[in-house]
Amino acid sequence: MNSSPAFVRRRRAAGSIARNWGLYLLLLPAVTLLICFTYKPMYGVIIAFKDYSPAFGISGSPWAGFKYFEKYFASYQFEITMKNTLFISLYSFATFPIPIAFALLVNQMRVERFRRFFQTVTYMPHFISTVVLVGLMLILLSPGNGLVGHVYRLFGAEAPNLMGSSALFSSVYVWSDVWQQTGWNSIIFLAALSAIDPSLYEAAKVDGANRWQNVWNIDVPMLMPTAVTLLILRIGGLLGVGFEKVYLMQNNLNISGSEVISTYVYKIGLLSAQYSFSAAINLFNTVINFVLLLLVNHIARRYSDNSLW
Amino acid sequence: MELAASAIRRAPKRRSSDSLLEGLLYVWAAFVLLITLYPLYFIVIASFSDPSAVGNGQVWVWPKGFTLEGYKELLNHSNIWVGYRNTIFYTAVGTGIGLAVNLSAAYALSRKDLFGRKAITLFFLFTMFFNGGLIPTFLTIRDFGLYNSFWVMVLPFAVGVFDIIVARTFFQNSIPADLWESAQIDGCGNLRYFFQFVLPLSKAVVSVLALWIAVGHWNSYFGALIYLKDESLYPLQLVLRNILITNQMQSSMGSGEAAEIALRLANLMRYSVIIVSTIPIMLAYPFVQKHFNQGVMIGAVKQ
Repeated sequence: MNSSPAFVRRRRAAGSIARNWGLYLLLLPAVTLLICFTYKPMYGVIIAFKDYSPAFGISGSPWAGFKYFEKYFASYQFEITMKNTLFISLYSFATFPIPIAFALLVNQMRVERFRRFFQTVTYMPHFISTVVLVGLMLILLSPGNGLVGHVYRLFGAEAPNLMGSSALFSSVYVWSDVWQQTGWNSIIFLAALSAIDPSLYEAAKVDGANRWQNVWNIDVPMLMPTAVTLLILRIGGLLGVGFEKVYLMQNNLNISGSEVISTYVYKIGLLSAQYSFSAAINLFNTVINFVLLLLVNHIARRYSDNSLW
Repeated sequence: MELAASAIRRAPKRRSSDSLLEGLLYVWAAFVLLITLYPLYFIVIASFSDPSAVGNGQVWVWPKGFTLEGYKELLNHSNIWVGYRNTIFYTAVGTGIGLAVNLSAAYALSRKDLFGRKAITLFFLFTMFFNGGLIPTFLTIRDFGLYNSFWVMVLPFAVGVFDIIVARTFFQNSIPADLWESAQIDGCGNLRYFFQFVLPLSKAVVSVLALWIAVGHWNSYFGALIYLKDESLYPLQLVLRNILITNQMQSSMGSGEAAEIALRLANLMRYSVIIVSTIPIMLAYPFVQKHFNQGVMIGAVKQ
């Protein structure tokens, strides 16, 4: 009789798997899709180090070392795309407190019906598609015959060309995001606020605190754990400036302020079919993101009780 | 602002600074409502107005020179309706596939007695931070023969890890563990238990995921931009992009008076096409808002 611990463990595992075969069947579709369409492309990343040609396939193409990384670092686009990507992400990162402040204010609304109406209205823009949003911006922000142009003329001023300016691109991008997402992003903070134990407020009242002191001394600290967790996740995507909206907002007039890594990857890869070059730029971006994520998680672990792992 | 006043009246004795701040809060709220709603309202009234009145800035509160031309013009563009039909197909099929794939995986991962649960969960979570990137993914899709097909829009990217986490949390917290115990004693297997007991008890999370996935499909254009070539497969958002942003229509115009009229119609149509494409979501939204909030709450539960 073999009864070594390892053998027992193996037998127990086999028994458990056999007993729960139905669960593995339930996992099968999702696992299969991930293997085919997420993990298999991860192997394909090696074309960043190869001279990929469709004739030889991924494994058959000759190695090229760091040729394409060097090519990117040496290209004049490197500086532009890095600068724009960093600037736009830091800029939108700076708007992180806005949904928190928004939630704190909504939480103070005492008229239940008005509050519900207010929330319904402010969530709504979240459901406008990116294409329609950019279409709206082109219509409304036009200095000639758009809403912004008319408002400026009411005050006798000349409207700036918001959609056709490199310098203003990041501002238009970030603030239109704030307009669209603030209500929606505040939901999670409102949920955290509604979970606060009312006895805390009672105790503060006994100590003579007024409502606004309560916000500062109770609400804000109670939101911190949620905020830190979301913050770490945000930083993990710091260099992943969304392709979708930037690409739609791009035009010849603002290109020097709007070309970011993801749009450059798209143009190099799919519009001019330089597969290896494009994959290299993308990989570089991923590595930087990952390092940032590790770094921030490490800092969060050292200085607060919250971290991702 | 009567709302604010009544709130102050009803409230127990307050310091005057308190009620001043209360008043300011509602002033701020009114301002937020204005900047959120007015742009959308403007599009609605502009879509019923004479284009030149809109262009001259005469349209502020009510439509000027009421006309339905913009909506009539939509009927002349068959590609909009083809896109509409495609989007409805993609959304229906994609939501069905997404629900099936994500709910079943989420249930399996919610079971503490699943052998290898930690490793499999990691296998899923890993993909939240890493993927092959644009080009390797594109090459993979092409190798599978999915490029420029109906299926590329609904199948390859059906797994939503965040959705799985939300559903898993829900199953863990809301399905009593002893239910499985007693079902087992009655000789009920995992699969039957999932379909017969778990799903009927999980209407809340099923509807949340259905909404998320459906809205995602309705609004997405990126997949279509990359993986579709034939216009007959284009979803509505891609057609909209050509009308609203790249203005492909204007390239096919000549000059002179006919072109002038065509250009005016094109401008007018931009308003009506926004309305027609966004209305389904906006109409559905107030009815399902409750579920959405619930979903975010489920997702917010700490693991």
